[in-house]
Amino acid sequence: MAKKEEENFAKKDQFTLTMIPSGFARKMRTCVIWQFIRFIAINIKMLVVVSKSH
Amino acid sequence: MARLIVMGGGVSGHTAATFAKKWLGNEHEVVVVTPNSQWNWIPSNIWVGVGQMNKEDVVFPLAPVYEKAGIDYRQAKAISIHPYGNKQSDKEYITIEYTGQGKEGQTEELTYDYLINATGPKLNFDATPGLGDGKGQMGSNTVSVCTADHAVHANLELQQIFEKAKKGERQKILVGTGHGMCTCQGAAFEYIFNIEHEAKKAGVRDMLDIKWISNESFLGDFGMGGLHMKVGGYVVSSKLFAESLFSERDVPWLIGAHVSKVEKGKAHYELLDGTTGVEEFDFAMLIPPFAGVGFKAYDKEGEDMTDVIFAPNGFMKVDAKYDAGAYENWKASDWPRTYQNPTFKNMFACGIAFAPPHLISKPASSVNGTPINPTPPRTGMPSGIIGKAVAHSVCDMIKNGAENAHLHEASMAEMGAACVASAGKGLTTGTAAAMTVYPVVPDFEKYPGTGRDTDYTFGEIGLAGHWIKHILHHLFIYKAKLKPGWTLIPE
Repeated sequence: MAKKEEENFAKKDQFTLTMIPSGFARKMRTCVIWQFIRFIAINIKMLVVVSKSH
Repeated sequence: MARLIVMGGGVSGHTAATFAKKWLGNEHEVVVVTPNSQWNWIPSNIWVGVGQMNKEDVVFPLAPVYEKAGIDYRQAKAISIHPYGNKQSDKEYITIEYTGQGKEGQTEELTYDYLINATGPKLNFDATPGLGDGKGQMGSNTVSVCTADHAVHANLELQQIFEKAKKGERQKILVGTGHGMCTCQGAAFEYIFNIEHEAKKAGVRDMLDIKWISNESFLGDFGMGGLHMKVGGYVVSSKLFAESLFSERDVPWLIGAHVSKVEKGKAHYELLDGTTGVEEFDFAMLIPPFAGVGFKAYDKEGEDMTDVIFAPNGFMKVDAKYDAGAYENWKASDWPRTYQNPTFKNMFACGIAFAPPHLISKPASSVNGTPINPTPPRTGMPSGIIGKAVAHSVCDMIKNGAENAHLHEASMAEMGAACVASAGKGLTTGTAAAMTVYPVVPDFEKYPGTGRDTDYTFGEIGLAGHWIKHILHHLFIYKAKLKPGWTLIPE
């Protein structure tokens, strides 16, 4: 039985060779605690790029 | 007292004008000429286009801000540039035509000592038959999110589609680029995924067929040849991530497509392999190609000298290498550094208004010879940084003399950009792709392989990206309103 997160990838031929995010990866995208940590990390990365660009 | 005229009040022009006034003080005059009465934070228009923000959330009136800053604001469109003056005077000037302030339709000549062209683009809807109305405006066959008013209209149309879907009528949505030479794929990318997100929330996703059409030769090109990111021990192309995201959301794609004609409910296209086809739709948002706003330039005798100052596409020539030739010869050093016009040293261009030396993406055309490739993006962070650098140069020229001044540099081949592309709005359910790219224009001599520094080029999708985009919305509007501490917020 196909996992729910994989269902769409069988709908079109052009979908079949693409990467499929796991259910865990999809869940972590909206996990508030993990995303708060990523928020800090992304901001630091962006500030570094911004500082290198001015 | 010197007078600086800034033509355009968007991200780049507003940045240039406000910093110039701050640095020059009241000893010198800064004039902004823009046909708009309101400033628009364009990146949030996509949320207006799906009904998640109102127009008032993304615009504010310019007049009070410029009055507070001491900037002379003319709500007018610039018509022509006269860099040698006229028969009566050697003083350079521009002609403007008012669009507001109770002087609608009146023309005026404004002399200048320094000129910054930051007009942004002309939305060239008429480049594709049926995309425009034949009079330079958007037609009735498709919608747009390029301006706040367009986005309001787009949302009204979209809600009708959702209503029909709720009644059980299957609907087809087409989003992407409306011509083979478009840029701004990012805005269309954000819009299609916000539609998809809202459709799920409204419970109508199963009744919608949503399709992407674009002039990119691969998904994730974004007009900058894509980007590579370090993931799981690999350096991975944005193509893989984009294709994965589109597949995950059940959004098929048609790429390498030049939309050649639009009719009611139909988009005709040509692909890179020369085949043609028709994509039917009930709702379509197709980004128009950009062109220069169509300034004319005249010499002292009144003879047309537009081609001296402007490239054929209407964008202003700056210190770029315009004769780089074939793709194999392109270098990062082709890109402009100071944005000074090579003929007139008191003239600069910033933001979309400067003529890029060539594409960033690899050029492509169909077997029939139709060019189908994204044009270079010059919006967002680079636009603001360039505006500030140009203002800095002009201020130094005014204060130290044109000969002694240091010209400030902001090459897109040496600067990075942070970009946040929304894929759905919601405090705990929203997601966005947060990306940085360094440098914007790949430098294959300095970074052989991907052309970019993969330590500073990254991307990931998640709720954190959405929070950042939302915070940036408020931060940049705060900055544009010149509220306390505005200079501390980076471009």
